[in-house]
Formats: sequence, structure tokens, C-alpha cells
Amino acid sequence: MDMNVAKKKLSLKERYALMTRDLDWETTYQPKEKVFPYVEYEGIKIHDWNKWEDPFRLTMDAYWKYQAEKEKKLYAIIDAFAQNNGHLGLTDARYINTLKLFLNGISPLEYMAHRGFAHVGRQFPGVGTRVACLMQSLDEIRHSQTQIHSMSNYNKYYNGLHSFPQMLQRVWYMSVPRSFFDDAVTAGPFEFMVAIGFSFEYVLTNLLFVPFVSGAAYNGDMGAMTFGFSAQSDEARHMTLGLEVIKFILEQDPDNLPIVQRWIDKWTWRGYRVLTLVGMMMDYMLPKRVMSWKEAWEVYFEQNGGALFKDLERYGIRPPKWLDQIEKDKDHISHQAWATFYQYSAASNFHGWMPSAEEMDWLSAKYPNSFDKYYRPRFEHWRDEAAKGNRHYNTTLPMLCQTCQIPMIFTEPDDPTQICYRESTYHGMKFHFCSDGCKDIFDHEPEKYQQSWLPVHQIYQGNCFNPGVDPTAEGFQPLPAVLDYYNVQMGRDNMDFEGSEDQKNFAAWRGQATSNT
Amino acid sequence: MTVAAIKAYDFPPADSLDKFHGAQLIYVGWDQHLLFCAPFCFPLPPSMPFGALVEQVLPGAFGYHPEFKQIDWRQVQWLRSNGTAAGEPFTPDFAKSLAENGLGHKDAIRFRTPGLNGIQGSAS
Repeated sequence: MDMNVAKKKLSLKERYALMTRDLDWETTYQPKEKVFPYVEYEGIKIHDWNKWEDPFRLTMDAYWKYQAEKEKKLYAIIDAFAQNNGHLGLTDARYINTLKLFLNGISPLEYMAHRGFAHVGRQFPGVGTRVACLMQSLDEIRHSQTQIHSMSNYNKYYNGLHSFPQMLQRVWYMSVPRSFFDDAVTAGPFEFMVAIGFSFEYVLTNLLFVPFVSGAAYNGDMGAMTFGFSAQSDEARHMTLGLEVIKFILEQDPDNLPIVQRWIDKWTWRGYRVLTLVGMMMDYMLPKRVMSWKEAWEVYFEQNGGALFKDLERYGIRPPKWLDQIEKDKDHISHQAWATFYQYSAASNFHGWMPSAEEMDWLSAKYPNSFDKYYRPRFEHWRDEAAKGNRHYNTTLPMLCQTCQIPMIFTEPDDPTQICYRESTYHGMKFHFCSDGCKDIFDHEPEKYQQSWLPVHQIYQGNCFNPGVDPTAEGFQPLPAVLDYYNVQMGRDNMDFEGSEDQKNFAAWRGQATSNT
Repeated sequence: MTVAAIKAYDFPPADSLDKFHGAQLIYVGWDQHLLFCAPFCFPLPPSMPFGALVEQVLPGAFGYHPEFKQIDWRQVQWLRSNGTAAGEPFTPDFAKSLAENGLGHKDAIRFRTPGLNGIQGSAS
């Protein structure tokens, strides 16, 4: 009699080998360098791709299972939040402005990360790395989708969330996050891995998905909280992937060290500059605060990031350049950024406001070395002028940094009263920078950054008007024409929060939800 | 060429003088007055007299500041950017054009107003 013999279950190692390493093949009718054309030109030397191991040994079948479970939970919560009119449980409608920034500025970055990982996954000859990049690519498109779904609920009720793909391409301050990713995906595959897999995941997503998303929870936004925590479990895997790739590159050849070090310096600085936006979200845009930007920076960058760089010391990596300046900046950048959006809130897709007296006291307590001395007088002046009907809307266009593309708002490391000016000349033309970090990045690759799409210069070149608009016509008003091009609706999406439709509607709807009249 | 690329990497700059319809870009910052978050960027004809920049352009940009009207332009100290943090002293001739004052495309200048130190002396 034949017996059914139970087959021995595969060990995790065997299973991983079958579902990843067995996907590799040798090229036959084309030489390997033609199939993988991008793998050598950056100067990185890899001798044995098989030495790279996925630290999670994640296979595609397990991946689908985990992610499907997370998606089910996420969408159940988003659904319940939407059906319960969860938006009326927020602390204050000002909070929704953080989502406008997030949806327009950050969710498309997730999509760009998806594209980048799909690209480098195709370009790496090592099969283990390829499979890991594929899964990260899927994670990133999932993040983009779940963020859009979580925030689309607000788009039914509030202004400024209606046009994010177009706004990412057009609205002035969006060039800051967009240029970060454009820079990364137009670099080679190894630089992309250091830029995104390492610096972006460590420096940016930790600060975004942990303290900021806690802020979403504190302010009653279950949708954003849930996507944040759902994404963060992927981010932990991404950070490990980034770190393992760096260690692998460094172990393969000593010539790789100076190249990787330069990328770490560059991308830590670029990521840090993008985080300026997150700093002001935490200090100024959350009605109920969790922790200050400075406190978050100390925990998630100085302590966690410091431990990471200690770990890399044995490979010869030193901490990134300009940490001394970053250390001094933590008392200033969130205030400088909010002052910028306050005065340019006629040109942005979200509202501006001055902090209340109580909020200013909170800022004084959190920033005893800077707020009262440098920023309170400015903010109280604006508050008093607005009360007199003289709200400050700056309509003259600012000078921008050629590298990070942020207006030149940052001050000298040792003098918070003096704007930091730096300059280089390349092929006879001058270029300006907000910092030594941005200048150094430009000076290494001026060919690339001389092509930066700077919104202010593009407006002056006439490239930011809809078709048919004639900027030479008599009485032409550039600001409304530029806002049309951005798809920002004057008076609805922009200007001050006080008196806005968002403020009025939130108050009226919440009144209906909590009373019988 | 320092940029790493698989083939020749040779593209024109995005902001050369020929793209601004006869204007050149000039950046102007008012030191110690951070009520304006950043220096401003202006597209101006190179033939514009420096005095016209001060009399016709700057009031629209900086006029919101309560100290702007108190500026004594004869006392103002000018600096032009020279690639260092400090910049270098610059003495403009108000009657001469931007070009005659040596201000080319994308030059940055700063002015200092002694005695006017911003809102409550805070450099705002």
C-alpha cells in the first residue's frame, strides 16, 4: 500500500534561497555590462554580489501576507474614521494645513521613491539586492496610495487638497522636496541607495513618521496616525536595507569609502534641509503639540543617528559634515520657516497664522535661547499689525538657494541676526547658496545644479503662466496669473486662516455635530 | 567634469542672462531686518539707474517695515557679495546705471542702516 509521506518543510534559509537567489540567471546573448550599464560609472567596485544578504530574508509570499494584513487594518480604520465624520473630532481646523503640506509635498516623494527603487532594482546585478529593492519599491507605492486615501477624506470638506500632482510640479516651495528626489533619481544607482535607502530613511522618515505622526494622533486624526504607523513598520525594514547596502559596499573594496562618505555628507545635508518643513509643522502647525522640533531632533537625530554613525566608524565612516552648524540651527529653523510661510501665505496652498499668546509661551519655554530674543518681537509685531487690518503679505519674490531651493532664510551659524550668503562662480555666472553645505554640494557637481529649476527665476522667465496668458499686456498682474498656473484658488486655498472657509466650515459643522440647533 | 555620468554631461544653465527678456537679476537684502525672511530677487534692466532701484523698486518690497521711512539713504552702507560671508564694501553711484555700477546678472547686494536695528532691536 502506498503511503502519503509528509514532505519535509523547507527551512527559512532554503525557502529564501529558492525564492530569491534562484531567480538569478547568467546572460548569454548580451554581455553583462550591456545588461547592467549603470553599475560601474560611479566608481563603486563590487567584487562579489553574493555577499549581500537580505537581513530580513523576506520572500515575496511572506511579503504579500504581511502587507495584506496591514492594509486590512488600515482601511478598516480609515473607513470608520470617514463614516464617523472623524474630521470633526480634530483639535482645530488649523491642523488640516499639515495634511495639505503632507499630501502635496510628501506623498509624491513616496511615489518617486517607488520609481527610484524599481529603477535601481533593475540595475543591480546582485539578485538578493534586486529582490529587496523590488519589495521596497512596492512598499513605497503602497505608502503613496495609502496616504492619498487617508487624506482624500479631507478633500471633500476642506480647501487646498484638490490638485496635488500638479501642485507638486508647480507650486514654488514644492521645488524643495521635488528637487531632492529629482537629484537622487538622476544620480547613479549606488548614490540613490545612499541618498534614499540610507540618508532619507534615517534622517527624514524617522522624524516624520514617529514624532509628527504622534502629533496626528494627539490632534485626533486617526487616518493619518494609522497610515503613519502602518508605513513606519516598513520604514524600519527600509532603514536596515539601506544600512546593510552601505556596509556591503564598504566591505567590498576600500576605494569605495571616500565616495560613500561624500554621499553621506551630501544627502544628510539635503535631507536635513527638507526637514525644515517638518520642523515648522511640529512647532507651529499642530494645535496640540507632542514635543518641540528641537526635542525631536535631539532624540531621533542626535541620539539615534549618533549611534548609527558610531556603528559605521569601524568601516572608516566619520559623522556627516556640518554637524556643528546643524547643532546650532535647531534653535532657529522652525521659526525661520514659519515666518516665511506666514508672509508668503498669499502664494501657498495652505493657510498661515500667528501663534496665539499661549502658543508663544510654549515656544518660549521650548526655545529659551532663541524665541523671545529673536522671534517673539517679529511675531507680536505681525500679530498686532494684522489686528489693525495690516496683515503682512509679502508679494516680492525671494532670492533662492541654488542647491536646496529654499528661500535664503537661514542665518549665519553664529549670528541669528544675519542672513547667510554664500556664492560660487561657474562658467562666468554667479550662483548663491544658503549655507556652506549647499555651496559645497554645488561646487562638486556644478554641471548638475546649474540646471536647477528655481521657481522665482522661472516666473521671471515667463514659464509659470497658463497657455494664452500675455505677461506684456497692460495692467498684467503676475501673482493671480501664477496662482492660476498653480491651481491655487485665491482667497480659498491661501491667505490667513483667520476668516478662511476652512475655519468657518469647521466651526459650523462641529456646532451641528455637538448641538441640536 | 566632476559629475559622474555614463556619457558627456553638457547642458546649458537654466538661468543665463539671455532668458530674462532684457532684464538681469539683482538680489537685494536689508541686513538686520529679518521681518523680510530672505533677500529679494528683482528682474531689472541693466540700464536702470541705481537711484531708481532705491526710489522706485525698494519701497514696494521693503516699505512694510516701520523703519523703512526712517532710512537716511546718505548714511546707508552698501555691501556686495564676493563669495565670502562678509561681502565687500560697495559705493554705488545713484546717477549711474546698474551696469555702470558694475552690477551684473545675479549680483547680490546688501544694505545696512546704522541706528535702525529692527523691531525692538531684534534684527526683525
